[in-house]
Amino acid sequence: MTATMSPPQSQVSSLTTGKMHRAIPFAICAFSVAVGVVAVYSIGGFKWGWMAIVGAHLYLLLVTIASRVIEDRRQATDRAMRTVMTIAFTTVTIPLISVFWKVIAEGASRFDRKFFTGGMRITPEDMLAQMEGAAVGGALHAMVGTLIITAIAGIISVPLGLLTAIYLVEYGKGKLASAVTRMVDVMTGIPSIVAGLFAYALFELFLGPGTRSGLSGGVALSLLMTPVVVRSSEEMLRLVPNELREASLALGVAKWRTILKVVLPTAIAGILTGITLAVARVIGETAPLLVTAGVAQDINLNPFSGRMTTLPVFSYYEYVQPGVPPETGIARAWGAALMLVMIVAVLFTAARIMSHVLKPKGLK
Amino acid sequence: MSQPVAQEKINKAPTSVPDRLFSSLSRASAVTILLVLSGVAFFLTIVGWSGMFGDIEGMSGSDNFLEYVGPLVFGTVYSATLALLIATPLAFAVALFISHYAPRRLAQTLGYVVDLLAAIPSVVFGIWGITVVAPLMSKNVYPWANDNLSFIPFFSGTASTSGRTMLTAGMVLAMMILPIITAISREVFLQTPRLHEEASLALGATKWEMIRQAVVPYGRSGVISGAMLGLGRALGETMAVAIILSPSDGYFWSILTNQNSNTIASNIALKFPEAYGLDVNRLIATGLVLFLLSFGVNMLARRVANSGFSGAAG
Repeated sequence: MTATMSPPQSQVSSLTTGKMHRAIPFAICAFSVAVGVVAVYSIGGFKWGWMAIVGAHLYLLLVTIASRVIEDRRQATDRAMRTVMTIAFTTVTIPLISVFWKVIAEGASRFDRKFFTGGMRITPEDMLAQMEGAAVGGALHAMVGTLIITAIAGIISVPLGLLTAIYLVEYGKGKLASAVTRMVDVMTGIPSIVAGLFAYALFELFLGPGTRSGLSGGVALSLLMTPVVVRSSEEMLRLVPNELREASLALGVAKWRTILKVVLPTAIAGILTGITLAVARVIGETAPLLVTAGVAQDINLNPFSGRMTTLPVFSYYEYVQPGVPPETGIARAWGAALMLVMIVAVLFTAARIMSHVLKPKGLK
Repeated sequence: MSQPVAQEKINKAPTSVPDRLFSSLSRASAVTILLVLSGVAFFLTIVGWSGMFGDIEGMSGSDNFLEYVGPLVFGTVYSATLALLIATPLAFAVALFISHYAPRRLAQTLGYVVDLLAAIPSVVFGIWGITVVAPLMSKNVYPWANDNLSFIPFFSGTASTSGRTMLTAGMVLAMMILPIITAISREVFLQTPRLHEEASLALGATKWEMIRQAVVPYGRSGVISGAMLGLGRALGETMAVAIILSPSDGYFWSILTNQNSNTIASNIALKFPEAYGLDVNRLIATGLVLFLLSFGVNMLARRVANSGFSGAAG
């Protein structure tokens, strides 16, 4: 009788008994961070990485013990796991921030006029200036090369990939379609250097050994780009409601016109997004171009003959063969890396904006 | 695929010339893709053949092909496994954090942050790895691990002072494959039936118990197939390893020293630009081995994905 007549206060507390007060984890967190900072500082000076590590582990330990004492074993496990997940996520963001920080900090020093207007044909005067520590040499030839080779890859991959996606969604039935789907699946996992070797082998068979050209670089990249275009376009074409096709066909419109005038415009936002992401994927590729297009010192506008430098390959060579003194070469490598990261970031943002802006009103 | 019956009939109706032209054009590109893609193994075999069975006199070094490719295969599998061991638990936790712990409004942004990692070109990862990770580890962690853990064979040997070790390469590779494992795991975790989760919570389970009872069993095959796809990517990753690793010839288990087995991809990147004659063919033959290796792993990944659930491997 008395139990059911208990005053309202004890009812409230019965919901909160066995629960840790909300402020306790915060207090433990503050305490652990403080201990971490003081302990690391007194042993080895200001090392914020070790401070974070010590603080995080101390928090994990203390919050589990506190929960074990105040609550129970199950709650303690729950709190420990929640903490572990949060620490894991934080751990992953650190390298990401570090990469961006380092690339911007090191690369910005070479974002000067020379970098965007000249190639790597270094005169003896430049050589002397370089010895004095001046910034010489540019990446214009690599930027031009990246543009040309990526354009070749796009010219091959976009029509091929898009038409294949149309075939798979609108026409494909039976063995051919399933074979193509499976093959595209396999190709999304092909190592990029293997794509490069394939292009090299192809051109060697027809043009003789040792051939290096922008064209073969473009072919190598298109091998990596096509599967991405097929997959994303296919996905987007399948999202187009069947009613639209049926309505068009019922009005007597021919199938090819239905595809071109009804299906493609409906899916165009997603398709363009997919193509942009595919370009972003291949524009940073180094390995396949290392074996197909090679490096050159000057601007080469002819993709059919001669070596052609691209930004990633330029960055790689300037890092591993920086010349004398090494600092100037390494600075060029970081400059090209910053340029690349910026291009990829712009492409990513463009893809996101495009998928919002171009979406037909009905699907928004 | 999902075409209704009505369309079948329309397909059979007499079609105009542009109609037939368009359909055969799209069929032609599908066939082209099929031919080109199946041509990869074919061309690599043709050009690589003489590298496998050709005259050793014409090549640098005196190893036959198996002796040549053996340490490379070992290095490839070893570094990729190391990367997988580091990345999978981390990716599992990150995926769970995004799908079940983070505030819902933040979840999409956090997923985007992890995807950004995948967008960074591998050469940038390589240069970052050797200028940031390698010195950091060789100064702070490797000497300690070498002093205290050298009874474990992996940590034995003379610790590298440059940090260009298998462990550094494995860590940077782990960063590169983490996004793909996270993306796939996250997607399956989000597909866990709501009712399973709510039933578990209604019985009084804590969040972690709910995850163990409902989310993990449902998503297990997704995590495994994501990890396999990540492994496939780590096997073929070239530039980061080529820049970071300091390679030697032979088999090396230790992960803290300057002596490491090179990977196939990195070996090609380092030697191909200067190679000539039969050496080129031999490098292409190792490329074929790499192709088959990653092909097998990817096939296995898809089989796991298809056996467990559908729709997450995309």
